[in-house]
Amino acid sequence: MPVLLPTSLSEATQMLSDTPGATLLAGGTDLMVEVNFNHRKPNDVIALRHVPELSQWSLNKVAGTVFIGSAVPYKHMESGELAQLVPALAQAARTVGSPQIRAAGSIGGNLGTCSPAGDSLPVLSALDAIVHLASVNTTRDVPVSDFMVGPKRNSREQNEIILGVTLPIRNGRQGYAKVGVRNAMVISVASACFALQDGSPRIALGSVGPTVLRCPHAEQFLSQNLAADGSVSDDVAKEFGRLVSQESKPIDDHRSTAVYRRHAVGVLAQRLVQRGVQS
Amino acid sequence: MSSAEFYSLTVNGVEHQVADAWIGESLLYVLRERLGLPGAKGACEQGECGSCTVFVNGESVCSCLVMAASAVNCEIATVEGLNSDGTLTDVQEAFITEGAVQCGFCTPGLVMAVHHLLDQNHSPSELEVKEALSGNICRCTGYGRIFAAVDAVIASRNGVES
Repeated sequence: MPVLLPTSLSEATQMLSDTPGATLLAGGTDLMVEVNFNHRKPNDVIALRHVPELSQWSLNKVAGTVFIGSAVPYKHMESGELAQLVPALAQAARTVGSPQIRAAGSIGGNLGTCSPAGDSLPVLSALDAIVHLASVNTTRDVPVSDFMVGPKRNSREQNEIILGVTLPIRNGRQGYAKVGVRNAMVISVASACFALQDGSPRIALGSVGPTVLRCPHAEQFLSQNLAADGSVSDDVAKEFGRLVSQESKPIDDHRSTAVYRRHAVGVLAQRLVQRGVQS
Repeated sequence: MSSAEFYSLTVNGVEHQVADAWIGESLLYVLRERLGLPGAKGACEQGECGSCTVFVNGESVCSCLVMAASAVNCEIATVEGLNSDGTLTDVQEAFITEGAVQCGFCTPGLVMAVHHLLDQNHSPSELEVKEALSGNICRCTGYGRIFAAVDAVIASRNGVES
């Protein structure tokens, strides 16, 4: 059986329905590593490269939202109009791998793999993104918090293709930061996205829990301690970082230790909340 | 394990038939082992080192992370096809004259990455050059001679005496 190459979403969902359990291939930056190292031997592959619906993004000015197709590569988020609309996503996209990886990798891959270290996932979480899933003749919308259910586990059904995500465009400051062992080509040791959206502060953390985490206590503390102009005093920022550390749930693994991650993610949160004010 | 049966790839403008391949073979493997194009090098097999960099539809990507059978109907370009007459490009010449080649293993990938950068951006800043080459690892040169080669190409293309 060859690799199936659908050229429309309806053809892709039909192929998936006809080939239960087929492996969906987007940019390949996760899947091919597993295949190259013999961790996975796919039998049936549906390559989504030629499905135009997945490779587009669009702005809905009335709703104040942007839809990003699951196969839009990160390089299109790093700069240009999308980067203006969702700056935290641009910052996250720029930290993904290398230029070669950013030309191939996409949000659909991050969601499909659902690693807690997926660089775009804290942004989706902080902005309460909606994940759109398509199957034959039907679509389903899932809040990203319900989509990511655990380490490398999501709530996609076997017959569903990730169509894309809808995010609110920025209406307050936002930013993303990540700690790794070097500046390029690195999987995060800890990451965080901060956004002030509709006046309410949100913080989401990557690589410090079984999946991406929000920090309700820290968010509540900050919403009660924001100055009228949205600025944050040094003391409030420090306490915010401490609460974020407390709400993180890191583990020791080959990439770092729980103790370091807990500390680092608090520092990231403290910096992000103030970095936003200065910009 | 299923076979991808039979498919064709367009590499450097030439159509190649690939028969009896396994579905999971990477483009890097197919280029090197089935099509006799060993310019792209295999090292990490996980997109970390950039030594397998090729262009797919004009995008600079790691060929180890492209499933070959998914790249049908795509324009694939490798280092072998940079100059169709077999002569060296200005980037390759500059790598030689500036001493940017030591063991040479990373060179084809870096040459592709430099061509890709300079095709998009005729006068990149130092930071833009470093970021564009951040996915290509060289363990010999310390990168100094590579950046010197890039600077020489930029100067030459912009008509500046180097």
